[in-house]
Amino acid sequence: MFMTIGKRLVTVIPTVIGVVVVTFLLTRVLPGDPAVYFAGPAATPQSIADIRKSLGLDRSLPEQFVRYVSDLAHGNLGNSLSTGRPVVTEITSRLPASAELTLSGLLLSIAIAVPLGILAAVKQGSWIDHTCRVVTTAGVSLPVFFTGLLLVYVFYFLLGWAPAPIGRLDAFATAPPQITGFYVFDSLVSGNFETFRASLSQLILPALTLCIFSLAPIARMTRASMLAVLSSDFVRTARASGLDTRTVILTYAFRNAMLPVVTTLGMVFSFLLGANVLVEKVFAWPGIGSYAVEALLQSDFAPVQGFVLTMAVLYIVLNLLIDIIYGVIDPRVRLEG
Amino acid sequence: MTDTVVRAAPPSAAKPVSNSLLRHAQYVISENSVTGMAFGLFLLLALCALIGPYVVPYDPLASGPATLSPPSLSHWFGTDQTGRDIFSRVVVATRLDMIIALSSVALVFVMGGLAGIAAGFFGGWTDRIVGRISDTIMAFPLFVLAMGIVAALGNTVTNIVIATAIINFPLYVRVARAEANVRREAGFVQAARLSGNGEYRILLMHILPNIMPIMMVQISLTMGYAILNAAGLSFIGLGVRPPTPEWGIMVAEGAANIISGEWWIALFPGAALMIAVFCFNLLGDGLRDLVDPQRRT
Repeated sequence: MFMTIGKRLVTVIPTVIGVVVVTFLLTRVLPGDPAVYFAGPAATPQSIADIRKSLGLDRSLPEQFVRYVSDLAHGNLGNSLSTGRPVVTEITSRLPASAELTLSGLLLSIAIAVPLGILAAVKQGSWIDHTCRVVTTAGVSLPVFFTGLLLVYVFYFLLGWAPAPIGRLDAFATAPPQITGFYVFDSLVSGNFETFRASLSQLILPALTLCIFSLAPIARMTRASMLAVLSSDFVRTARASGLDTRTVILTYAFRNAMLPVVTTLGMVFSFLLGANVLVEKVFAWPGIGSYAVEALLQSDFAPVQGFVLTMAVLYIVLNLLIDIIYGVIDPRVRLEG
Repeated sequence: MTDTVVRAAPPSAAKPVSNSLLRHAQYVISENSVTGMAFGLFLLLALCALIGPYVVPYDPLASGPATLSPPSLSHWFGTDQTGRDIFSRVVVATRLDMIIALSSVALVFVMGGLAGIAAGFFGGWTDRIVGRISDTIMAFPLFVLAMGIVAALGNTVTNIVIATAIINFPLYVRVARAEANVRREAGFVQAARLSGNGEYRILLMHILPNIMPIMMVQISLTMGYAILNAAGLSFIGLGVRPPTPEWGIMVAEGAANIISGEWWIALFPGAALMIAVFCFNLLGDGLRDLVDPQRRT
């Protein structure tokens, strides 16, 4: 088991190197003067020259790369031009907001998509199968920012059930003490039910938006792999042995059908982390995505670079976790290791 | 897969093949009326893109007296904050959105297709280098990488096209590589080699035309994603500049009005976006059924 994880960890190294090189190259090799990017739109020739010197852009490319990597190793992603604050502190303070949103969207999505996919496979050709097909096709066609706006219109303006899309908490609630950085969780643990209710009601709509977006691939994969498993020999044997349908589906088929679904989660995360940026913009969610968008519009490059790197590293870590979970569920992977 | 190769290879058999292809197309469409509907939608989109700017009732950039008026007979889709007619803007925007999506797909088709074929055909170092490049792209969440690329290259429409092409690169490489790899030692390739064709000539004149149908399917499958991606980028304020009609930026302009109840400003461009993506996704599925029935779901 530990051997497998160790081997998998080794394969991460070239990927991380690739990601660091690309984020470095994004600023240095592409056309245009990086010093001009970092200096922003209102720069004078003098300030550009200063920045070039302070960034070490007057040195050779390999030297610059070594410097960039050693900065990274010291946890230095540069400073934001507009706020003057270090990018690292800004990103670490905003990361919990994004993580809370993404994870709740994903959990909600799994909670709906997996049963939907199973039912669609078990009752193939029934109305639930057709519902599943419509939901999955519509889900991949809906622009995520558009879904978010529709939900705001229906649940905030028309029905008045949800609060205004103004971030994680309304003006009257106070943030809970920092434990995990997840407001919903922290307020529950510290017994502050007022804040718990407020933060949960702010979270529901953006999480639902992400859920609708990621529903399609999970439901489609669950249905397909359930169908494949249900027609396999061991399920036939289980049925022939007189086990009831419930046991056959949930204990025999489900466990095996989950393996490809866990693999698709990697792709789902790629979509989710990107969609997160758009959802954060729609709901004024103070996460790292909206931070990057603000910086992007002001041509403030250091935060964008830090954001791209953070997202890529997060994505690599998530893929690693998925592979480890895969090994836990599937004993065959363990045997090979 | 090998069956299609054998059937498509002798040129003398071209006529019956195209005939049976037609019949097969008829069968697929009659079996799945949704594909027919998608094709109708596609024609509508193409029509809007081609003649839209000449037939719309209002100038898409001119502001009018009636601001924020809901849909009515004179303004089918209502008007926005400055009184511009949303119907005209939505129709005119079709061309720009289609151009962005089409040119990014065409770009990635050339880059990714050629790189993938070369990787699958030559193997060895070419394969390793191409594989490493697409692995590195796949290591990023794709939309995030597109944001980073646009930020680095500069905030223009051309760079949105380039960024969208780059994030689709691994998908095209994967398909082209697999297909070229299968045909590497196929009979017609060996025959071409025996008759004295060089490796590059075989690659371009024999392998490439053979995997064209499957690449076309890939194009229509990624078109929808390309539209969504470009619209997402312009929604966060990249690429297209405000007065220009484009679906993503129009939704962004209407976003602030949603909470005060003016739903039509964001709804119609958003719906147009949705229909376009929906149409290309269905069309892609239909085309795949046609070309490669085994992968039918």
